[in-house]
Amino acid sequence: MSDWRLVRVGDASIVVEFAQQIDPAINARALAVGDAVRAARYPGVLDVVEGYCSVTVAYDPLRTAIEPLVAAIEEAAERAPANGAAAAEVELPVCYGGSHGPDLEAVAAFAGCSPAEVAALHHAAAYRVYMLGFLPGFAYMGSVDPRIAVPRRSRPRLRVPAGSVGIARFQTGVYPVEAPGGWHLIGRCPRRTFDPDASNPFLLQPGCAVRFVPISEAEYRRAEAEQA
Amino acid sequence: MIRVLHGGRFTTVQDAGRWGYQRFGIPVAGPMDPVSHRMANLLVGNRPSCATLEVTLAGPRLEFESDLLLAVCGAEFELLLDGEPVPGGTVLAPRSGQRLAFGRRRQGARAYIAVAGGFDVPRVLGSRATHAGSGMGGVCGRALAAGDELEAGDGIARRVRAGERRRAPAPNAGRVRVLPGPHDGRFAGVGAAALEGKRYRVGAASDRMGYRLEGPPLEQDGPELLSAAVPVGAVQVPPSGEPIILMADRPTTGGYPRIGTVISADVPVVAQLAPGAGIEFETCSHETAVRALIEQERGLLA
Repeated sequence: MSDWRLVRVGDASIVVEFAQQIDPAINARALAVGDAVRAARYPGVLDVVEGYCSVTVAYDPLRTAIEPLVAAIEEAAERAPANGAAAAEVELPVCYGGSHGPDLEAVAAFAGCSPAEVAALHHAAAYRVYMLGFLPGFAYMGSVDPRIAVPRRSRPRLRVPAGSVGIARFQTGVYPVEAPGGWHLIGRCPRRTFDPDASNPFLLQPGCAVRFVPISEAEYRRAEAEQA
Repeated sequence: MIRVLHGGRFTTVQDAGRWGYQRFGIPVAGPMDPVSHRMANLLVGNRPSCATLEVTLAGPRLEFESDLLLAVCGAEFELLLDGEPVPGGTVLAPRSGQRLAFGRRRQGARAYIAVAGGFDVPRVLGSRATHAGSGMGGVCGRALAAGDELEAGDGIARRVRAGERRRAPAPNAGRVRVLPGPHDGRFAGVGAAALEGKRYRVGAASDRMGYRLEGPPLEQDGPELLSAAVPVGAVQVPPSGEPIILMADRPTTGGYPRIGTVISADVPVVAQLAPGAGIEFETCSHETAVRALIEQERGLLA
């Protein structure tokens, strides 16, 4: 028996849904389905969008033969391997605390440890980019050590500076642009993760392996100056 | 060249949308009412990929620095060329130095201005569509402002003459039709039918991102969902219970339950509702949704 299902959402998208879990193997299968559907260059398909445990295929209903598309998606879902091709590894420098991480103390209070220990727990783990969404280039990464898996702030900030590194439960992420946001901010990354004018605008892709590397304030300033 | 004398309430450059990058978190944007956008392009002989100006509730004032062909479709506004009334849905031929002003809005919420050749702004990730929330596309990623200057592009597919007219396909005047799902099972045993027989009002905070509806809250229960892609027209229900219809500028993904999705043929109907307007829903079948879309397409190409 298969552990996925096909759902038609509205009249212009088809979704493959796996079990509702944040799980690297399930996510890898979703990404494999996405890759297969994109590679098929199916006429009428406008977009293929992976979530944590789903793939949405958006199509133009007036230009798409629906039955063969459904059959192709089903076949991709049936075949999707749970250990897809090794994704790129990306290192992101982070300056923890101070003005860069205004919530580091609050996360420390939540965890019952020191701010330095929060930073250590955050950069000790290897993360997976499960999906991007919310903002251009915003990558949802997991999983955060349960000790520092603090829920969202009760009052979201109206302005979170670009580069801010945040935590929301088991997820961590880097704000690619200035935006409103409710994640607890523990540091800031001087490396741009989204640049619409670059030949590759997106540093992070679904499936990427990410490591955070702690840097000092002086190193942060130097890196920021180099980007400018 | 076209000079913007007054930007209007919220006038943006839009093309068919920034498709293909949602997996990187890039919103699609594009016209709220794709039918009127396409009709404006068809009228002036443009290729379908051309960009138009989307006018919201109160229109801009434009001055033309050269002779050109232009058409306004969608919401009905009083249109004045150098103070003289001119019709919508018709190819107009303003001369160099003339000014187009938008007067009173008679019906609808969004009009589309097409010029022959299309509005030429730089493409960002393959599209000219403005997404103001992320400052992408259009003119500097924002709505038009006084002093902006726009150029017509070279997207002409067919030569047209001033005075050519086109009748808009009759919009669905009844309830907005919704296909149930994907989370209709969470709504108090009745599913998407929970939307039926209720009257909502389009809230003042409604914009290109979404329509916030005011009215009877919808009760639901079930575990939290993981974020997934959300299509245009998705009717999501946050914990408050008042539905939100996600529109052109929606974020790519969302985690709120969605009781249903407005059918493609009725998305333009929603786009033409101004804040304060009433809205009612009815569920329909997939066949009805596709048939309505085909009929609309026939009407558009007739």
